[in-house]
Amino acid sequence: MQTATHIPHDVNYLDYKGKYKGIFAWIFSTDHKRIALLYMYSMLVMFVFGVVLGLAMKLELIAPGRTIMGPQTYNSVFTVHGVIMIFMIVIPGLPAVFGNFMLPIMIGAKDVAFPKVNLLSWYFYVAGAFLVIASVLFGNGTPDTGWTFYAPYSFKTGTNLLPAIFGAFILGFSSILTGLNFIVTIHRMRAPGMTWFKMPLFPWSLYGTAWIQLLATPVVGITLVLVALERIFGIGVFDPALGGDPVLYQHLFWIYSHPAVYVMILPAMGAISEIIPTFSQKHIFGYKAIIASTLGIAFVGYFVWGHHMFTSGMSGTAQYTFSVLTFLVAIPSAIKVFNWISTMHKGSINPDIPFLWAVTFIFVFMIGGFSGLVLGALATNVYVHDTAFVVAHFHFIVFGGVGFAFFGAIHYWFPKMFGRMYDKAWAKMGWAFFTVGFLTLYSPMFYLGMMGMPRRYYDYLPEFHAANILSSLGSWVMTFGLLIIVINLFRSAKIGAVAEINPWNGKTLEWTVPSPPPVENFDEIPVYGEKDGPYEY
Amino acid sequence: MEKEKHHIVPYKVYIYILVALIALTFGSIGIVHLNLGGYSVLGALVFSTVKSIIVLAIFMHLKFDQPFLRIMVGFVALVFSAVIFITFLDYYFR
Repeated sequence: MQTATHIPHDVNYLDYKGKYKGIFAWIFSTDHKRIALLYMYSMLVMFVFGVVLGLAMKLELIAPGRTIMGPQTYNSVFTVHGVIMIFMIVIPGLPAVFGNFMLPIMIGAKDVAFPKVNLLSWYFYVAGAFLVIASVLFGNGTPDTGWTFYAPYSFKTGTNLLPAIFGAFILGFSSILTGLNFIVTIHRMRAPGMTWFKMPLFPWSLYGTAWIQLLATPVVGITLVLVALERIFGIGVFDPALGGDPVLYQHLFWIYSHPAVYVMILPAMGAISEIIPTFSQKHIFGYKAIIASTLGIAFVGYFVWGHHMFTSGMSGTAQYTFSVLTFLVAIPSAIKVFNWISTMHKGSINPDIPFLWAVTFIFVFMIGGFSGLVLGALATNVYVHDTAFVVAHFHFIVFGGVGFAFFGAIHYWFPKMFGRMYDKAWAKMGWAFFTVGFLTLYSPMFYLGMMGMPRRYYDYLPEFHAANILSSLGSWVMTFGLLIIVINLFRSAKIGAVAEINPWNGKTLEWTVPSPPPVENFDEIPVYGEKDGPYEY
Repeated sequence: MEKEKHHIVPYKVYIYILVALIALTFGSIGIVHLNLGGYSVLGALVFSTVKSIIVLAIFMHLKFDQPFLRIMVGFVALVFSAVIFITFLDYYFR
């Protein structure tokens, strides 16, 4: 065993001068809080790329015909936009940033179970991101398959797909290692006396998420390796010309990628479950029901992947089964929404910035959820499959869900992370522009999809023009809101007013430590007594 | 931590297992040549499952570890089996 170096409790993690200096003090740091910020800044860089590509797509669609790019470029733009946003932003999003930062503090630990593995996860993230960028910059053209890399096109296309596939494969390792770290941390490092049902809901959501990361991610890893082998050696697993089955690719891909939606959304729900009671100044309603629904979503979420494949030629038996299972997963999701609303009921609500993000999350998540029922039902799915309706649905769930929860979480935990408070007037303006822009951008796509506009085309019929103009305008308003949010947070991290230890009257352990937290979080590990609870320490 | 017992598996057992794994590998390849149709997949899966159980139980020490860990691994196996079962709802009824 190594001899522990004692670090004074009054030195916070931002000011700590360790063995390394400058940027090396960050990229060699095994402190979970610094690693969380490394993830956050890396994700921000990739997010800028993703947003620019998204804006380019909306600009192309502002008028029928070629506006700023041709069909091949458009195919590449939506592919890289999808790969970046899914694999590098929404999947790692909340677990890698807020999970890393808050999990050990919220359960009374000094760090995660394997700090070096935690840093290795970030290196994998960066390596994966570089490979995806390399697929854009080098080789025979940017990948054009869509982020799903569907067979057989993924091994027929002449574009530079291998680096992108390998990048996604490496990013999977980052996810697996983070999941493993969180499971062991939660099992082994909870504060003395903090039994399972004394653990706050955000760590619970990370626990459910971590199991999905650990069990589902290897499936997509192997699948992507098979695609690479198909491209290089023509092994014939997915190639119908060699006796393979392209639908098997879809099964394997979605066995991971649908649970991945829950990797994105469960921590988002966990963050919302912390924000709503804090700003309602009430205990969470149905603590155990929320835990059960978290585990229920994580479990049932494994078995619904086939609803992405209703038009693939899958058997009728499989279609009915997947449709029924898809409707089942709506139940635990609805339980959470009812619990959040019941928590607000008769609460003394403080409508501060994190609360605004949280309630908007519920609003957009409900729209996304209800539109999901249209897609989960076999009869209606056939009509809107591969239309703009699907794009609207998953942006309401994935960007609406994760995005709003992420911004809610950053505005909630920002004073703890940086020890400073942001400018609330600007933060409110950012929220307002973002929300209005988001709804203006994605709502018209429901209408366009219902009217029959297919997705993934750079062109469309003249009758779709008006709704596309509205959607493109929405993308500009939303980006303006994003700029306000990011600039305000960056500025406030440097020169914002010094924050109190517990500005929101939060009841979990992170609000008991100084802001920003000391390197080792706690001078003395907290001990939970008989009468203490998840929100009563 | 101090309560944990260290169980040492004799080398002889490892050799038996090596032989068993090789034999089962030949079995999973051999079953394909019996022309059992769709059941050859089932047969191959049975061979693979037995091999996995041996590796998990002996090489990964699950047999000698806490029951809680066995329950966790059992739960994962259950999820995996369900995924395979549902996938075959497509292939057998297509």
